[in-house]
Amino acid sequence: MAILIDETTKVIVQGISGRIGQFHTQEMIEAGTKVVGGVTPNKGGTTVLNRPVFNTVREAVKATGAEASLLFVPPPHAADAMMEAADAGIKTAVCVTDGIPAQDMMRVKRFLRRYPKERKMRLIGPNCAGIISPGKGFMGIMPPHIYEAGRVGIVGRSGTLGYEAASQMQALGIGVSTSVGIGGDPVNGSSFRDILELFEADPETDAVMMIGEIGGPQEAEAAAYVREHMSKPVVAYVAGLSAPKGRQMGHAGAIISAFGESAQEKVELLSSVGITVAPNPSTMGATMASVLGHKAAA
Amino acid sequence: MDIHEYQAKEILARFGVPVPRGGLAWSPEQAAFRAREIGPAPYVVKAQIHSGGRGEAGGVKLCTTDSDVRAYAETLFGKTLCTKQTGERGKDIYRLWVEEASDIARELYLGFVLDRKSERIMIVASQEGGTEIEDLAEEQPDTLIRMVIDPAVGLVGYQARELAFELGLEGPQVNQMVAVLQACYRAYSDLDATMVEINPLVVTGAGDLIALDAKMSFDTNALYRRPEVAALRDPSQEDPREAMAADNGLAYVGLDGDIGCIINGAGLAMATMDMLKLSGGEPANFLDIGGGASPERVCQAFRTVLSDANVNVILVNIFAGINRCDWIAKGVVQAYKEVGLTIPVVVRLAGTNVEAGQDIIRTSDLPITVADTLAEAAEAAVAHRSQPKAA
Repeated sequence: MAILIDETTKVIVQGISGRIGQFHTQEMIEAGTKVVGGVTPNKGGTTVLNRPVFNTVREAVKATGAEASLLFVPPPHAADAMMEAADAGIKTAVCVTDGIPAQDMMRVKRFLRRYPKERKMRLIGPNCAGIISPGKGFMGIMPPHIYEAGRVGIVGRSGTLGYEAASQMQALGIGVSTSVGIGGDPVNGSSFRDILELFEADPETDAVMMIGEIGGPQEAEAAAYVREHMSKPVVAYVAGLSAPKGRQMGHAGAIISAFGESAQEKVELLSSVGITVAPNPSTMGATMASVLGHKAAA
Repeated sequence: MDIHEYQAKEILARFGVPVPRGGLAWSPEQAAFRAREIGPAPYVVKAQIHSGGRGEAGGVKLCTTDSDVRAYAETLFGKTLCTKQTGERGKDIYRLWVEEASDIARELYLGFVLDRKSERIMIVASQEGGTEIEDLAEEQPDTLIRMVIDPAVGLVGYQARELAFELGLEGPQVNQMVAVLQACYRAYSDLDATMVEINPLVVTGAGDLIALDAKMSFDTNALYRRPEVAALRDPSQEDPREAMAADNGLAYVGLDGDIGCIINGAGLAMATMDMLKLSGGEPANFLDIGGGASPERVCQAFRTVLSDANVNVILVNIFAGINRCDWIAKGVVQAYKEVGLTIPVVVRLAGTNVEAGQDIIRTSDLPITVADTLAEAAEAAVAHRSQPKAA
């Protein structure tokens, strides 16, 4: 059943009428994703790629029964669109948008807390490549052909480094249950820990590849979770060994600003809880292969 | 985005933080005039550069007459100040701030930052002002007082009072501190700041609070809605390579090595730089070319990387998702010709349209090395750096 998305997940696209929204919706449909409609304010009643477009997420949910939403909404309106999805009853939202003000994300996170757990929307991103369950469906901007269907979960901040991991694994014949990009912003919807929890509970995932980077406390939080609760093997890589302190490396969140946020410190912490850390980014796949091999031999 | 001390003081004063009386000077004459404007001596003259540690580096001085101010100002203007934070490159002094000297009884530390754990604005305060927050956190973690603000209600009065009492303030100082805290919080949230720091926040001999130094940084993602903040940008304080890249919409960070990097995605860029380092090389820069890169954008990236004279080999590593390898390849070939490249180039392409991209490079007859994997690309780049430049 993978996590977050499979072939039965009904997906809408917020911002479906734009050029980028249309392009990626087309790719998603071709990969088998069940896209049931889209939302663009003032474009209600039109169709895009034979899917109905609605003015509001609430209308879209009512008419289509959509459970998931992918957001291609420009930064000034992205926070608003996320809150709209949450209030309309969307279960999983994926926001690709890069460049959202940090305080807007703070407000979104605060807003999501108003809902009881069973009614609370799970937000993935922003500033992420999205989520894919190979052969079943995807929500995002990744090239689906580099993912082999299989039983290893991937969770990472970076889109392209996640592609790198998936293709290294593909070359070694290792497939993916679901790959989740949690995004490179300092305030994001789901953390490593949140996604590890889903993989731990997923019967179709045997092991997890976790791709971290400098900055922020989320790798440390994930390490604590792995130590206490995770029975499946985890392989990790942390990008930014060569990054200088205090400089932002592209991602708004990739900046070493506090103790424990450098790549070296994160590697040490992850290793100390039994996670196998790939020594360099070109051995992510090989490290996973050897961990899976060891497991099979044991 | 960083701003100058005097700009931060002007902003905070507007929100209600007491600051010393002072004025900005662009010349020694104007500095002396500012001193006369302030009135009775002594005065403090402070070099305005985007860096902390200016005092230790010789950029701050107490002066007793307006002619002293002028003489000191003459030595500062046009000088490059190297602080602990700027390193050897240093930053040029074009502006001075002249202010009345304050009578200091106590120095406190006050900072507002985005706490990524709680995902909220956090106040960090200490009775031990004067040092950097990083040093404080490392050396005297127990002296730090932390307080998280709920964005739904903002900074509540009782929180501000608790903090004031914890800092050992008493009497009228407590209400003054509450006002300072509320002002900083409003400045932070109203202007999309990422950091507000008053260090030191001084208790004067007369028992009043005053912000002796101030620093603010802002969220570049929010500048579109804060034109008044965007106007405070000072390109003279930026690495010229980074300023040029920013103007062209490229995420670029200048470093000290000699291998120029052009990569898509921040994570892959960091990983490629790590790989270079592990292969015995040193990256000259971080550059994320972003998604949907056109051949023109690739050319622009080449120009940006080449603006660093230390670069003697260029590594292009693209894992195309929304990018297309054939477009990137066209851009590399175009850049090679347009820019008149004389240094080796290593290209690694993967993902969307990879065969078409590699064909374009191979049939171009240009001396470009094609690598298939990340490891090969890094090794090839490191191997090429030692070769003499092609004619």
